[in-house]
Amino acid sequence: MASLGVLLAGVLAFANRRLYVFEDPRIDQLEDMLPRTNCGACGEAGCRAFAEALVAGRAQPAQCTVNSAEMNQKIADFLGVSVGSQERKIARLACAGGSHVAATRARYQGLKSCRAAALVSGGGKGCTWGCLGLGDCEQVCSFDAIRLNRYGLPVVDVDRCTGCGDCVEVCPKDLFSLQPESHRLWVACRNQDPQDEAMAQCQVVCTGCGRCAMDAPEGLIRIENHLAVIDYEKNALASPVAIQRCPTGAIVWLEGKESRKGSGARKVTRKEPLPRMEPLPRV
Amino acid sequence: MGMLSFLTGRTFPRGVHPPGLKEATRDQAIRRLPFAPRLVLPLAQHFGKPSRPVVKRHQEVVRGQVIAEADGFQSVPLHAPVTGVVEGIELMPTARGPKTEAILLRTLPGDSQAVRWSSPRDLSGLSREELIRAIQAAGLVGQGGAAFPTHLKYAVPEGHGVDTLVVNGCECEPYLTTDHRIMVEQAQEVLAGIRLALRAVGADQALIGVEDDKPDAIAALQAQIGPDDPIAVRKVKAKYPQGSEKMLIKALLKREVPSGGLPFQVGVVVNNAGTMAQLGRLLPLGEGLIERVITVAGPGVERPGNYRVPVGTPLRYLLEHVGFRGDDASHLILGGPMMGNTVSSLDVPVTKAVSGLVVLPQAQADAAPETIHPCIRCGRCVEACPVGLNPAELGRLAAKRRYETMQERFHLSDCFECGSCAYVCPANIPLVQYFRIAKALNRERLS
Repeated sequence: MASLGVLLAGVLAFANRRLYVFEDPRIDQLEDMLPRTNCGACGEAGCRAFAEALVAGRAQPAQCTVNSAEMNQKIADFLGVSVGSQERKIARLACAGGSHVAATRARYQGLKSCRAAALVSGGGKGCTWGCLGLGDCEQVCSFDAIRLNRYGLPVVDVDRCTGCGDCVEVCPKDLFSLQPESHRLWVACRNQDPQDEAMAQCQVVCTGCGRCAMDAPEGLIRIENHLAVIDYEKNALASPVAIQRCPTGAIVWLEGKESRKGSGARKVTRKEPLPRMEPLPRV
Repeated sequence: MGMLSFLTGRTFPRGVHPPGLKEATRDQAIRRLPFAPRLVLPLAQHFGKPSRPVVKRHQEVVRGQVIAEADGFQSVPLHAPVTGVVEGIELMPTARGPKTEAILLRTLPGDSQAVRWSSPRDLSGLSREELIRAIQAAGLVGQGGAAFPTHLKYAVPEGHGVDTLVVNGCECEPYLTTDHRIMVEQAQEVLAGIRLALRAVGADQALIGVEDDKPDAIAALQAQIGPDDPIAVRKVKAKYPQGSEKMLIKALLKREVPSGGLPFQVGVVVNNAGTMAQLGRLLPLGEGLIERVITVAGPGVERPGNYRVPVGTPLRYLLEHVGFRGDDASHLILGGPMMGNTVSSLDVPVTKAVSGLVVLPQAQADAAPETIHPCIRCGRCVEACPVGLNPAELGRLAAKRRYETMQERFHLSDCFECGSCAYVCPANIPLVQYFRIAKALNRERLS
């Protein structure tokens, strides 16, 4: 028995030598400096993968949007590289239709999940493209950055959002997208229906009237399928001028935590949910 | 078990027995409704590439005329179901949710609405390929619900010999009696369709599977079978989901379609009895698929029955004519209550593959309690799953959002969403809903 033990110990010692994999000890140390949320906002599979990429020089410390700037500076000093620059990206919702402004077509009943509702005939919302308001994004967010407001519309906490993209993936209507902070002109709508139909569905809908496209510098905004689309290649030209005449306030100017509507936008005073737009036939 | 099958009727293992609820409609003859003043004709009514419109706004069309052509072999044409004027091509709501392009057709009032676009012909000389092309030109798709183009089923890939055509006359969904009535009233057309399909697919024999609760349909079909026809009617047990093609193949032929495979891999092509009736009627006349039979039933319907309506009839019109008796919270289900889809808009039209509209008032729809209890590992879902999956384990993984594991280790893609697991679950866990979400997310991830 003892000789068997010695033999196996020898095998282990041999294996330890021959099968040893060298790993940069800095990777472990770096991992301790990273937030360990494994959110994937940096584009790597997780914090350890990001640490490996840092050591290999494939990534820059600033690509971690969860860490504070000081921590990223520490990492840069530790590795002796520059922090690099990474424009902060924030999840933006392309819908403003809460229950007080957007009509419902049918009452959804079932699993309280947008994903489930979307599979049942697209959910009960009047607008085919709009937010279903059941909070899959709120649930999936690891940073507590998304909260549904009283109208069932998700509101992104700009300070907490790390741009990890979990909400982008989970939303069945594809309403979330990661936008650099410098993109301040924003169309909070995806409705492609023509004007009258769109207005019947939602009071803050983009009707594709084209006023913003006329007021903005040439080529910044175009109208596609009854919807204003901003060309962010020309983002430098953007200014709040474009939002001023919007009749519904679908196009907004983002200022920190606030989103500002133009002065021409109809004021929304209603607090209660809208009635159903398509009643069933009466006999 | 196997030896006693002549006593119990052929069937597949497991499955469930929901109440049939077919009494209100199964003994009533198929009726017609007046034509709707405006039809909505989505370009994507079938599985595959959407049709390409060949009409313009304000153009006048006659009943039966091609208004959208097939976009390649994976597509079918669309024919005008009424004589009228094209109002436009716009985004319209569909049963699936996203709006899709549809041709809007205003019916010409006062027209006789006779089919004015047909070419009666002799089909006896046509080769297999010519027959398949003719079936595509008729715009024929599976009438049971999946809307798979029929000609694609017959174009079996090289190297796969198909020996048997299985005709699905089970209709295992509660409430629905569309195929039942078609088999009773149009047995001759069903048989004519089967003879054509046998030629198109090159099979030696055809087996019609009919559930044992439809003796009149079995008798009507048997009366039409000639002595030389390689066609037989087989009684199968009334059980859900007997009408799923893989389950029916198992019941009739004891063959098992491989996981992720299609019936032709075991030498079988499955068609719905309703599809056969359309085939047997349309092909000799050279007409396109412009109308279908739909069961309108449920406690929320005043005059339940089977109605022959033009494709594109909006549900609102249908409900107004059969008498809507539900409340504002009624569930309107396209298809049967087990696998059908609740619709959220009454502008949704009857499409080529919609076999029923079931109206459940709130009281019936809410009969199941909404609270979800924890799984008690009773295993009833495992005993119910017709494809032999483990819904309990899949449900546990779904709650943890481990959708990839569900696919890789528990064969999620073999689930065809029949809902048997959720139907029997005493803890009221919405298993099939979980699986549909998981499948949708997995599909997105792959694309």
